[in-house]
Amino acid sequence: MRRFLRPGHDPVRERLKRDLFQFNKTVEHGFPHQPSALGYSPFLRLMAIGTRSGAIKLYGAPGVEFMGLHEENNTVMQIHFIPDQCQLVTLLDDNSLHLWSLKQQGGASELREEHRFTLKGPPGSPPSATQVTAVLPHSSREVLYLGTESGNIFVVELPSLRVLEGRTISPEAVLQRIPEDNCNRRSCELVEALQEHPKNPDQVLIGYSRGLIVLWDLQNNKATQHFLGSQQLENLYWQRDGSKFISCHYDGSYTQWPVSSDNKQSEPLENTVPYGPFPCKAISKIYWQTTKNGLPYIIFQGGMPRASYGDRHSISVIHGSQQTAFDFTSRVIDFFIIFSSDPAAEFDDPSALVALAEEELVVIDLKSAGWPAVHPPYLASLHCSAITCSHHVSNIPLKLWERIISAGSKQNIHYSSMPWPIDGGTNIAPDPPQRDLLLTGHEDGTVRFWDASGVCLHLLYKLSTVRVFLTDADPNDNMNTLGEDEWPPLRKVLVMELNDEDAEHVVDHAEADLLQDQEGYRWKGHEKLKTRDGPVRFEAGFQPFVLVQCQPPAVVTSLALHSEWKLVAFGTSHGFGLFDHQQKRLVFVKCTLHPSDQLALEGPLSRVKSLKKSLRQSFRRIRRSRVSSRKRRGAAGNASEVQEANAKFDQDALQEMELAPVQRKIEARSAEDSFTGFVRTLYFADTFLRDSSRHCPSLWAGTNGGTVYAFCLRVPPAERRMDEPVRAEQAKEIQLMHRAPVVGILVLDGRSTPLPEPLEVAHDLSKSPDMQGSHQLLVVSEEQFKVFTLPKVSSKLKLKLTALEGCRVRKVTVANFGSCKTDDYSENDLAVLTNLGDIQIISLPFLKLQIRYPCIRKEDVSGIASCVFTKYGQGFYLISPSEFERFSLSTKWLVEPRCIVDMPEVTSNNHVHNKSGTENAARKSRGSGKSPGDCGEEDERKSGRLMEHALLNDEKVLKEIQSTLEGGRGSYAERNSARSPLGHGLSNGGADQPGPAV
Amino acid sequence: MFGAEFRRFSLERSKPGKFEEFYGLLQHVHKIPNVDVLVGYTDIHGDLLPINNDDNYHKAVSTANPLLRIFIQRKEDADYSAFGTDTMTRKKNVLSNVLRPDNHKKKPHIVISMPQDFRPVSSIIDVDILPETHRRVRLYKYGTDKPLGFYIRDGSSVRVTPHGLEKVPGIFISRLVPGGLAQSTGLLAVNDEVLEVNGIEVSGKSLDQVTDMMIANSRNLIITVRPANQRNNVVRNSRTSGSSGQSTESSLPSSTPNILGNLQGEEESDEEDIIIEDSGEPQQIPKAAPTSESIESLSQIELLHESTQNGFLPSSEMNLNHSAGSISMECEVPEQGRKSLEEDGTIITL
Repeated sequence: MRRFLRPGHDPVRERLKRDLFQFNKTVEHGFPHQPSALGYSPFLRLMAIGTRSGAIKLYGAPGVEFMGLHEENNTVMQIHFIPDQCQLVTLLDDNSLHLWSLKQQGGASELREEHRFTLKGPPGSPPSATQVTAVLPHSSREVLYLGTESGNIFVVELPSLRVLEGRTISPEAVLQRIPEDNCNRRSCELVEALQEHPKNPDQVLIGYSRGLIVLWDLQNNKATQHFLGSQQLENLYWQRDGSKFISCHYDGSYTQWPVSSDNKQSEPLENTVPYGPFPCKAISKIYWQTTKNGLPYIIFQGGMPRASYGDRHSISVIHGSQQTAFDFTSRVIDFFIIFSSDPAAEFDDPSALVALAEEELVVIDLKSAGWPAVHPPYLASLHCSAITCSHHVSNIPLKLWERIISAGSKQNIHYSSMPWPIDGGTNIAPDPPQRDLLLTGHEDGTVRFWDASGVCLHLLYKLSTVRVFLTDADPNDNMNTLGEDEWPPLRKVLVMELNDEDAEHVVDHAEADLLQDQEGYRWKGHEKLKTRDGPVRFEAGFQPFVLVQCQPPAVVTSLALHSEWKLVAFGTSHGFGLFDHQQKRLVFVKCTLHPSDQLALEGPLSRVKSLKKSLRQSFRRIRRSRVSSRKRRGAAGNASEVQEANAKFDQDALQEMELAPVQRKIEARSAEDSFTGFVRTLYFADTFLRDSSRHCPSLWAGTNGGTVYAFCLRVPPAERRMDEPVRAEQAKEIQLMHRAPVVGILVLDGRSTPLPEPLEVAHDLSKSPDMQGSHQLLVVSEEQFKVFTLPKVSSKLKLKLTALEGCRVRKVTVANFGSCKTDDYSENDLAVLTNLGDIQIISLPFLKLQIRYPCIRKEDVSGIASCVFTKYGQGFYLISPSEFERFSLSTKWLVEPRCIVDMPEVTSNNHVHNKSGTENAARKSRGSGKSPGDCGEEDERKSGRLMEHALLNDEKVLKEIQSTLEGGRGSYAERNSARSPLGHGLSNGGADQPGPAV
Repeated sequence: MFGAEFRRFSLERSKPGKFEEFYGLLQHVHKIPNVDVLVGYTDIHGDLLPINNDDNYHKAVSTANPLLRIFIQRKEDADYSAFGTDTMTRKKNVLSNVLRPDNHKKKPHIVISMPQDFRPVSSIIDVDILPETHRRVRLYKYGTDKPLGFYIRDGSSVRVTPHGLEKVPGIFISRLVPGGLAQSTGLLAVNDEVLEVNGIEVSGKSLDQVTDMMIANSRNLIITVRPANQRNNVVRNSRTSGSSGQSTESSLPSSTPNILGNLQGEEESDEEDIIIEDSGEPQQIPKAAPTSESIESLSQIELLHESTQNGFLPSSEMNLNHSAGSISMECEVPEQGRKSLEEDGTIITL
């Protein structure tokens, strides 16, 4: 009857659980997926980025981060900070405006949505009448000017977002006040730009799409002056003193116009096509920055010659005779310039150019010679090369940490030394309790070391393995230029040593033939990588000294390193082996293939059909929805017959699919299934394998077919380590009857505590294990958790997860949880991620489910596959190819942004020329600059921090997932990560950030 | 003749000898030299199987683990229906006896014995507690090489709810593989709606989840279905004499209304993992600490945990007075069994 006693009815335990466990998604690391808008407040010194999924993220000084999510999940089109306020306005692609503010609560600032508003025209008017194209937050902080497609400019009151009907500036009103005959109603269609006069807040420059620019007097409701451009207008920019402005155009030209009150219509001062004379692309945005020495900086986006460089994404900077076009790898979303915000200053004196491209954020130091890039402390482009695996290491010893940093700093010498210019807000989060590293393995054969201790995921060091192998590139070339070269996935084992000196040496290599005893197998995959014979030069840092290559050259599916025993174990789909890296000698190999498993030799893994099938269906669905939406919009010009036919084909395919629904085969697993030999996990343990009186080093391996192999190892004592060989002997083989893949093996010591990592014991970071009591073995398969006794293997406990809940284990780690109430209590539990995206905490050693949290959407296959847990109950998973979501299960150890943004004192009531954001031009502040009730006000509306992006609805992401799967790097790829790569690594020079080519 | 007699003795596992020698040994040990007896043994699944030739004698010895329990009945009192599966657990034996002539005989009259290693493949269970429209089917995957052999799909079914009829998503059997276990039992059919898997409701679960649950339970799969064809349903009030009349399709109905036992308990012994120590013989992994929960079910194998022992028990002795470990379990077995056995005649445990 014991089975009726369910866990969780013990009130003491329930209370303890509340003190131990808590689920939070704390912060997103990396670069926002699909950014769509950029804004900047020189007043707060904060930058805002909006994305296509409706998120906005604010960044200031390192550690100062805020996130907000629009309920509608629509694309953010524009972001404008309200001058001198902790407020900003976002415009979405559904034409809605949202007012956000930073409010202080409980000692920290929070970003909250205050109001939302959609401009409505008179009944019966077309939607274009109210389609907002330009937004100008006026420096009075009382109103917003909204330019629309119809040419009307609506005035909206702040903060209520109410339309002030009487103050609308209609095209008719504008035309009445322009005497010219050559202006007609059509000249005033579509407001392209709105800019406030930098000195006189009563004057606003209105730029219409067709080229007409009007300087409008708000006080008297009349046009002071008008300017007739011959080209279609893209954008406007005031000079700091308000005597001139500059306009940029669709044909790649820009024009300077004088502003004077005496003549009503002005002729341009200067009209330039910087990349002429051949036809050029549009200049979409331009800055004119004055300097002390008189030579202005002219900075503009686009304008390249159509024929030769029309496909480039560029921002050009012209300063006297210096001219540089920064060529970005992806489309430029927007950019802004950081310049003197002191209103009393006479000149702009620009210091930095901040450009947001689709895949990276680049900051250029405009003050140093050569305009070098500034190394960003956050928004790192994780995805320079696709992430194939990741691994987290907690508690890095200080010595090692410093050596990694110093090796990394040598790779970053070409960066500017300028301090990070976007430095608003104050980080008030406590210092991280320990030094943590997140390692990511990439498709191009590099391993990146990230500082994951705090809120800012910061690149410390990059290590490239490419040089060991023969490739087309010369090894002593600068590896930074390697960039987009295709590189086969990680499938080699390298043992690396951290060396502070440059070194040139030959890398020893060894080969491990995993099929020694097997006959008649033929490998159809790609050949093994050719190694370089001669000496190769390595920079300071991790340097390889030995290379082990597996034969056949299949993907390495698991890896374990024991730095004390100097042993490394590796597994592939064919078997596993043990390598002694002290003596550089292969100890043994073991083939795990079942005789009937021919598929394993077919080369890179082919994937399970059902997954492919469901992906294919998703594509069809997407394609269908795209087709129908295209139809809705009414043939946009190229709805050719081919497309029609395609659409019909898709429809048919879809219908066929609906007729024959998905079905799933129900069959017991058998030894003859494919990939049973696939080695899923490797584990070193010093435990009682043979008898209960003597413990010995052991190696454990778990396969996809539910087999666990245990090898007894004899490692010679340190003084004879080089003289005697390491010996291994198979001691046990356990076949789980349910034959599910083994995903975790763990030995619990006499106190039922998991054996500590050897490195931690060596550095006194962990208690040494209890070798008195009897040890236990925990085997985690995808379906079950089982505890066995040792040395005699008998089953003690089990938890059947799949049979009861229908979910399978994807990731499992031991995590230590501390109580938030008392400092002296902590316990070890299993943190488990299932294939449904749930996280479960399961107690040790009794295997009782403690708590369950939904974390990742189950459709988000790549997110689930990328998840990595830390040893203290935190974790990371990819929410897009470029972003890690960080979450925490612990009440005690929680890394989340906690920061405060104070309203800076407004120093002058006549401060000039602060520009912010995209369209937001010069403004002038009047009054004290303090408005009541902006900060510290209680507001019950909660802005969700959850940032679930609708990834799978996104075709691009799906394609990426599919390509990942088909490349044979699916959910198994992350097993590639080294268990304990500390103290061992390979060196590579070069910086990480793919800075703009000059 | 009532009562039973218990003997315990050992045999060399590697050299069991011939059946006739063994038969003679039994008669000698029990001092019944001229009594014709039927010899049976309990195999690892708790089934009573006959020993009447060299083959099944060797089979019996080789499966001893290490204790072999032998039952001897006087031939004239013998109840053939005692042989078969679950015989040790059920009080009433309602086997449809598939019998086979046995030519290895020294007796003048024909003795019919059970086929070797007779096993159930499927059963309908819990008929008394389920609604008549539902059917709970148990598929015994162990012991057969047949694949389970069916497919499931998503679908929708109509439910009666407080708001009237409602269409709800459901899981259905979509295909039966010819020659598979599911098809050969005749208890499952295409378009049957799957309601539960091993006692856990599938409503609200995705097709993939249900697939995973079925595969995880594949060695002892119990599916509750609402058959698409409702004409073969069990009619409750006709269930009077025994359970064989419960369903025309039921090959081995079980009459014990033991829900949890049926759904979870008995499978344990079928699920034992195998360990190979130091490249020796594969063995089932024993339970670390035998608990008292399993006595009710005799399908629990009696195991002596010292794997070093090779043959049978070391000495011949009466075991009724033993009290510790697995032997105490053994004591209770005849106790429970005796009530029915006493009616049947002499049964002697060795």
